[in-house]
Amino acid sequence: MREIEYRDALNEAFDEELARDENVVLMGEEVAQYNGAYKVTKGLWDKWGDKRVMDMPISEAGFIGMGVGASMLGVRPVMELMFWSFHSVAFDQLVNNAANVRYMSGGLCNCPIVIRGPANGGTNVGATHSHTPEGLFAAFPGLKVVSPATAADAKGLMKSAIRDNDPVYVMESTLLYGVKGPVPDPNDGDFTIPLGVADIKREGSDVSLIAHGQSVLVALEAAEILQSEHGINAEVVDLRSIRPLDQDAIINSVKKTNRAVIVDESKPFCGVSSQLITLIQEYAFDDLDAPIKRVCSLDAPAIYSPALESEQLPTPAKVVKAVLSIS
Amino acid sequence: MATTTDYSQAPINQQLTADDKIGLYRQLARIRRFEQATQKPYSQGKMGGFLHLYIGQESVAVGTISLCGAHDHVITAYRCHAHALSCGMNMNECMAELFGKATGCSKGKGGSMHFFAPDKNFWGGHGIVGGQTPLGLGLAFGEKYKGNKGACLCYMGDGAINQGAFHESLNIAELHNVPVVYIIENNGYSMGTSQKRSSAYKDTLAQRADAYDMAWDSVDGENIYEVRAKTQQALERAHNQSKPTVLEIFTYRYYGHSVADANHKKYRTPEEIEDYKKNHDPVLLWRAQVISEGLLTEEEAIAIDKEAKKEAAAAVKFAEESPFPTIDSIFEDVYWEVDNKTEAGNTGRHFFND
Repeated sequence: MREIEYRDALNEAFDEELARDENVVLMGEEVAQYNGAYKVTKGLWDKWGDKRVMDMPISEAGFIGMGVGASMLGVRPVMELMFWSFHSVAFDQLVNNAANVRYMSGGLCNCPIVIRGPANGGTNVGATHSHTPEGLFAAFPGLKVVSPATAADAKGLMKSAIRDNDPVYVMESTLLYGVKGPVPDPNDGDFTIPLGVADIKREGSDVSLIAHGQSVLVALEAAEILQSEHGINAEVVDLRSIRPLDQDAIINSVKKTNRAVIVDESKPFCGVSSQLITLIQEYAFDDLDAPIKRVCSLDAPAIYSPALESEQLPTPAKVVKAVLSIS
Repeated sequence: MATTTDYSQAPINQQLTADDKIGLYRQLARIRRFEQATQKPYSQGKMGGFLHLYIGQESVAVGTISLCGAHDHVITAYRCHAHALSCGMNMNECMAELFGKATGCSKGKGGSMHFFAPDKNFWGGHGIVGGQTPLGLGLAFGEKYKGNKGACLCYMGDGAINQGAFHESLNIAELHNVPVVYIIENNGYSMGTSQKRSSAYKDTLAQRADAYDMAWDSVDGENIYEVRAKTQQALERAHNQSKPTVLEIFTYRYYGHSVADANHKKYRTPEEIEDYKKNHDPVLLWRAQVISEGLLTEEEAIAIDKEAKKEAAAAVKFAEESPFPTIDSIFEDVYWEVDNKTEAGNTGRHFFND
């Protein structure tokens, strides 16, 4: 299978959905003429023009809210936040309006909108630009949150997100944009991945490493070390979708391995990991041979110092250590 | 405010038939009676939360919305009862919503601040001050995107103009030629803070549009002819040039910010309130206008008002007798895909109750 970069997989998803549905419109800061701050939308303005690919001023509350309003009329905006960290200046629109308007209208409205952009640390840009808010937004009923780890998942999930009739917040990663992976050729048919279906990225029998987004790669690396240096065969469960959540995949894996370590770049307090641990203790308590462990970012705002930031985030070494502590 | 131009001669008002003018009076009376009918059940504890009454401001919603066509949309803040009724929602569904009943327009999930009727181009009812202003921008954008000649009337109070989201919306509206009409319903007070104590401005609030090179106008809200004439100009600008406008319509609310506002006779004088009730009441003024034009007799006007009062009383009865929503319904209307039992709605866990 051909290998393409994660950013190009996303680009293909946009291009295909722009072609499929005239209501799809890309909006965001620098997405059109500049080709995207991270080149995710490269070439799309040239191909599709002003109507379908629109530059927005630096006004996240204004343009996100505009997208939400347009989506109530059946337009399907795909809106880029240059960084998901900028959610804070658009929070009222992201939560009070996008998440609640269906409910408050008794089901008379719906918002088929995608809001997307990178949400990751590890690039030495300080605390304001390094937020990982997938747990934050998954905590609001009415919203859906996905976090693809590979190029194929990025494309398949993005296409499903655009077709979904609820608001879907797609959390990408600047560290993954340049990573290549196999993605089915468009000539081989329409490629989508449903929301709410996890993927076993590595089969194993001794411990379940449960992760999403960039942390999946950390877990996979840790699994190789565990195998080669410690003879431990780890299974890596990639959530792909935080809400809806593939609870069965998580529980089935834990029932098989009897041990679980969550790898989650979010902060530990009320993060995605907290919710996963609650579910595992509720649905697989009798199958656990050890306490559930987690490897999260160290619980402080993201540090700038390039020498230290990588140590604040989950690393393969920390995952290995956590696994060994319960093996 | 003194009116020097005779707005009854504006083309859009010249088109009004006798029935149209009587119809405007009927709408004013219905809205007034609807809201008056809420007060007793509210004080009896049959309604929860806040109740922001529009009494005194009726001419603004009635006059502006009377101009809307098939591709024109309406969205407003939490003082939304009048806009809902003006868009054609019926009293029963609105009253039942206030009672938190399953027969309410939002099935008892929205309440006083969150009425909706998308089939009548009414998009809420929004609780956060200024939060609806980007949504109104989006509705207008959406209509334009679909190639229709339409607009969105997006209402807000005078307190909302200091919210950042409103200014961001103005910039985008002018920049991208979005056919939105922002209507500041200026009743002089953002909750308990007077205009002078809350906003920095030169002559009027709408004048801020100048900074965005956007058209704006000031409107005497007690004169329905003026409201219609000036709003029509904004709608034509939206329809024909796809350009936005800010209108500031001067009006007054008789009651507090909400019914629970105990201080509303402290931050303004009783004399001020009485003056508006006696000399500037939009329902009485329009009624006198229609009678003076010989289109309606006193007796006929009284009959219309009685009919409105009866309709409101029947709505209270309807609401009282309606069932409450069920516990199960709490989980409906959260996700479209779940409600519609699609494959996406059946994939993965959507709700996380223990």
